[in-house]
Amino acid sequence: MTIYGVALLAFCFLVGKITGTLLGVAMGIDGDVGGVGFAMLLLVVGNTYLKRHGGLSTATAGGILFWSAMYIPIIVAMAAVQNVRAALTGGWVALLAGVVATVGGFLLVPALSRIGRSPAEVPNHE
Amino acid sequence: MSELIEEVLIKNGLLFAFLCVGLLMWVCFWLAKHLLGNRIPGVALAIVAGLGLAFLGGKRGLADVPLFGGLALLGGSMLRDFAVVATAMGADLDKIRSAGLAGTVALFVGVLLSFVLGVAVAFTLGYTDPVSLTTIGAGACTYIVGPVTGGALGASSEVIAISIAAGVVKTIVTTVATPLVARSIGLNNPHSAAVFGGLIGTTSGVAAGLAATDTRLVPYGALTATFYTGLGCLLCPSVLFLLVVWVV
Repeated sequence: MTIYGVALLAFCFLVGKITGTLLGVAMGIDGDVGGVGFAMLLLVVGNTYLKRHGGLSTATAGGILFWSAMYIPIIVAMAAVQNVRAALTGGWVALLAGVVATVGGFLLVPALSRIGRSPAEVPNHE
Repeated sequence: MSELIEEVLIKNGLLFAFLCVGLLMWVCFWLAKHLLGNRIPGVALAIVAGLGLAFLGGKRGLADVPLFGGLALLGGSMLRDFAVVATAMGADLDKIRSAGLAGTVALFVGVLLSFVLGVAVAFTLGYTDPVSLTTIGAGACTYIVGPVTGGALGASSEVIAISIAAGVVKTIVTTVATPLVARSIGLNNPHSAAVFGGLIGTTSGVAAGLAATDTRLVPYGALTATFYTGLGCLLCPSVLFLLVVWVV
């Protein structure tokens, strides 16, 4: 049933958030430390485990996949409710941070591509 | 009559927000396809349009206009984090093995590199508090990692907007520049495509950039990129935040 998927997702989400919040308290930080990451990890591990044991039914998986498909629209809505006027002064930061991070990534592609090249593992179309 | 209609729309704010975002995305995807020939992904265009529409309001962006109040619920931290967690469904642990050691190393290096560069830029341009630095550094990873991190650490809406914009810039630069630099960085085989996806991480940018380079490479780049946002959401508001606190 679809609701099983939504419930499973909510379970992973809440466990992650609680873990993150407790971790924050333990470290003396007022906030949630990596909660979304823990929740994702839990879902990935759980999903992989279930897949080996028959997997989720299509309807159950659908309850999770719907929310997965909604994330771009939610990000668009989120963008529309930010304090952009105040952020305008930081426009250069955004532009520079985005460009520098991308260029840095490009430059490292050749170096990291040399790691573990094994034609047997990776089909090569060269 | 129009007042009555407006009242219904405000009362059903979340549903009206679904309609508004749906229409906005339809327009943006149409423009991206027909006017821009997919050189800029519809997703990036839609987020830029969202940020642009926020100028019509004030501190809470478009949600300051009563009619669009529902957007604050749809785009609030609860549903956002919920949907971001749901995307982990597409990440299969068995698949990361096929990305190999290079793909995995690229993922960690990619998140770390983007974060450090983002923090360095923010620091150079005058930001000094750890929460803002971490949020902008996370935004340099992807436009999801930024707001998720900022939301978790309690960053201001202004800083979160900057982090989203940084992530969007990354997506656009990746899309436009990938086909131009592909040859010089050896991006012509599945192996380097997986490394590329892990290093850059913005799924929409990687997919669009690789599609413009060689469509056969898309699945390999997307494979590692799917893990990037999750890894960023795990590392940025935790280990990397502590690192920033320690350094500052």
